[in-house]
Amino acid sequence: MKKVLEGSMAISDSIRMTEPKVISAYPITPQTHIVEHLSQMVADGDLKAEYVMVESEHSAASVVLGASACGVRTYTATAAQGLLYMEEVIYNIAGMRLPVVLTVANRAVSAPISIWNDMQDSMALRDSGTIQLVAENNQEAYDMHIQAYKIAENPNVMLPVMVCVDGFVLTHTFEVVETIDDIEKVREYLPPLNMKYTLDVNNPFSFGTVGEPSVYIETRFRLSNAINNCKSIIVDAANDYKEMFGKYEGALIDTYKMDDADTVIVAMGSVLGTIKDVVDGLRESGKKIGVLKIRSFRPFPADEIVDALKNIKNAIVIEKAVSLGKGGILSCEIRDALYQHRINSVNVNGYVMGLGGRDITPKNIYDLIIKAEKEEDVDGEFFGLNNELLNKVF
Amino acid sequence: MLTNILTKEDTHKQLFTMGHTGCSGCAQSMAVKLIMQVLGKNTIATSATGCLEVFSTKFPESSWNIPWIHSLFENSAAIASGIEAALQITGKKEGTTVLSQAGDGGTADIGLQALSGMFERGHDVLYVCYDNGAYMNTGYQRSGLTPYDSYTTTSPSGKISFGNNRPKKYMPEIAMAHKIPYTAVASAGYPIDLQKKVKKTLSIKGPKYLQVDVPCVPGWKYEPRYSVKIAQLAVQSGLYPLFEAEYGKITSVKKISKKVPVEEYLKLQGRFKHLFKNEAGKAEIEKIQKIADENIEQFGLL
Repeated sequence: MKKVLEGSMAISDSIRMTEPKVISAYPITPQTHIVEHLSQMVADGDLKAEYVMVESEHSAASVVLGASACGVRTYTATAAQGLLYMEEVIYNIAGMRLPVVLTVANRAVSAPISIWNDMQDSMALRDSGTIQLVAENNQEAYDMHIQAYKIAENPNVMLPVMVCVDGFVLTHTFEVVETIDDIEKVREYLPPLNMKYTLDVNNPFSFGTVGEPSVYIETRFRLSNAINNCKSIIVDAANDYKEMFGKYEGALIDTYKMDDADTVIVAMGSVLGTIKDVVDGLRESGKKIGVLKIRSFRPFPADEIVDALKNIKNAIVIEKAVSLGKGGILSCEIRDALYQHRINSVNVNGYVMGLGGRDITPKNIYDLIIKAEKEEDVDGEFFGLNNELLNKVF
Repeated sequence: MLTNILTKEDTHKQLFTMGHTGCSGCAQSMAVKLIMQVLGKNTIATSATGCLEVFSTKFPESSWNIPWIHSLFENSAAIASGIEAALQITGKKEGTTVLSQAGDGGTADIGLQALSGMFERGHDVLYVCYDNGAYMNTGYQRSGLTPYDSYTTTSPSGKISFGNNRPKKYMPEIAMAHKIPYTAVASAGYPIDLQKKVKKTLSIKGPKYLQVDVPCVPGWKYEPRYSVKIAQLAVQSGLYPLFEAEYGKITSVKKISKKVPVEEYLKLQGRFKHLFKNEAGKAEIEKIQKIADENIEQFGLL
C-alpha cells in the first residue's frame, strides 16, 4: 500500500514486519522517532516484542547481544555518540557472529556537538565486521531493513547488519513509501531465525571464551571471510526481494545513466537524489555524466565498482566523512580498488562535503563537477567552505 | 542440596567443574562451585571480563556445564537483561535462572551503570559480585571496593602513603537503594550461609544482588591454605558484615560468634604488611578497627 511516511515511520513499520522479539534502544536524536514508533507498537500490542528501555547505548547493544545469543531476532537503533558508545559492543557482536540488525540515523560526531547529518559515525565502525548498507530514500530504508535480516541470518553470514539512514534528511522527512501489506509474504521471504548455537539449558555451550594467541587470528580470519564472502548473499537478498515484492534499489552498487558516461559522481545515501537531479539536467544539455551509488559500504564491492568505473575518465566522489590525518575515505578505497586491477586511466577526486548537516545543494554539485573535471587525485579536499568564517578570529 | 565432601568423580559432574586455571586457594572458584551446586542446571550465566572468565574458559576448554556467555567488562548485567527478555518473550523463563556475574571492578566501578539499569528495570536476574577487593586479573590494581589502607599496585604503600586512602564503597547499600527484592552479602568462608542465601534467591522474582567476599591468594598475598580462614576472620572482625535485605530493609545479619581484633585479619595478608612496621602503622590499624566497630554497631553484629 502506498503511504506518505516519515523515514522513521517507514523504518519502524518494516521492523514490525520482521517481527523482532527483543528491541532495546536509548534515545538519541535523530534516531528517536524510530524507537518511539516501535515502543508504541509494543504498547498497542501490534508488535509482540520485549522493548527494553536501557540506561545507555552500551547497554542497548548489550541487551540485543544477550537476546540474540538466545536465538531470537533483535533490533536496536542509534546515531553519532550513541554509536561510538556502542562501538565496543558492536565489535563484540560481530566477533560472536550474532545476526543483530541496527539502524544508524547518520549524524555528525562531536566536537563541536551537532545533531545534524553526515556519515562520520558509521564510518567509525567500518572495520568492526558489521555489514554496512546505506539507504538512499525512505522506500529503500523500508526495503533494506527487511533485506538486512535476510542477510544477517543467513547461516553462512551470521553477522550484524547496520542500515545507515541519513539523519533528518530521511528520518524526519515524509515521502511516499509503498509498504508490504501481507506479513505472510515477509515471513516467506524471511523465515524464522534458526541459529545453530544458542544459550540453551538443554544444550549448553560457552560463548565469548578466551582466545589465546594460538586461536585468535584464525577466529578473526573466519570473521573476515564471512564478511568478504557475503556479497553474493546481499545480491541474492536484493534479487529475491525484487521477485517477491517488486522493489529493487540495487544490491552492492547501483548505476544511473552511466552508459557512455565519461564523468561519474560516486556517493552514498540521500545525497544521491540531489545528484541525480543535477545529472538529469546536465544530460539534457548533452553532458555525458552518470551516477554510481554505493549501497554496500561493507563488504566493500571493489570488483563491482571497478567494473562500473573502468571505462570512465573522471570519478567525483562525495565524502560525507573524513579520515582526519589522511583525507577521503570512500575515494581512497575506490582508488585502491582501481589500483588492485592496475587501472590508472580513471581520475578519482574525493571531496568532503555536507559535514554536520551543511546542505549539499544542486548548485554545489554543479560547481563541484566544473571544478573536479579540471583537477587530479584530490584526496578528501573540503568543498563549499565559508571562507569568511575560516578567517574570523574567535 | 547443601554440599558434602566430594569425590573426584563427583567434581567432574559439577556444573562448574575442576580443571580450570584458577590459582590454588582461589576463593572465587570455591564460591562459584558452591553457587552452581544450588542453582542447578537450568541456569544461564553471564560473566564479565575478569579472573573467572579467563580461568574458566580457555578455548577450547570450559569449566561450565551450563550455557555461559562472556561479552565485555562492564555489561554483564545488560547481557543478562537481554537473555532474560529473550526468555520471557519466548516463554522459557519459568524454571530458568539467569545468573549475572562480575568481580568488584566489573560491578561497582565500570559495570555500575548497567547493573543499576538492570535493577531499576526489574529483570528477574541473580547478580553475583565476587568481591576480592581489587582488579586482580590485571595485576592487583585498586578498585572502588579495595579496603582502606590496602596495598594495591596502583595504591601502593610508600614513604608517605599507607596504600588505598579511601574506604570501601558501600556497594550492597547501593543495591538496596534500588529497593530490589533481595540483597545479600555472603562469604566464601561460610559455605552453608552462602548456599542458603543462593537458595533463597530461587524463590524470589526480580533482581537479586549477592556480594561474596572471596579472598585472593596473589592479590592479598597470603598462603593458599588461609583462604577460608581469612574469609572467616573478615566476618569475625566485623570488617565484612554478612546480612540479608529485602526491598531495601535489612532482614537478617550473621552474628559474630567470637569477635577478633582486626589485627588478626590484617597480619595474615601481605597487602597490609606495611601497617606493621612502625607506630604510624599502628595508628592506621586503629582506624581500621574503628571501621570494624562501626560495622558491628550499624549492623548489630554482636
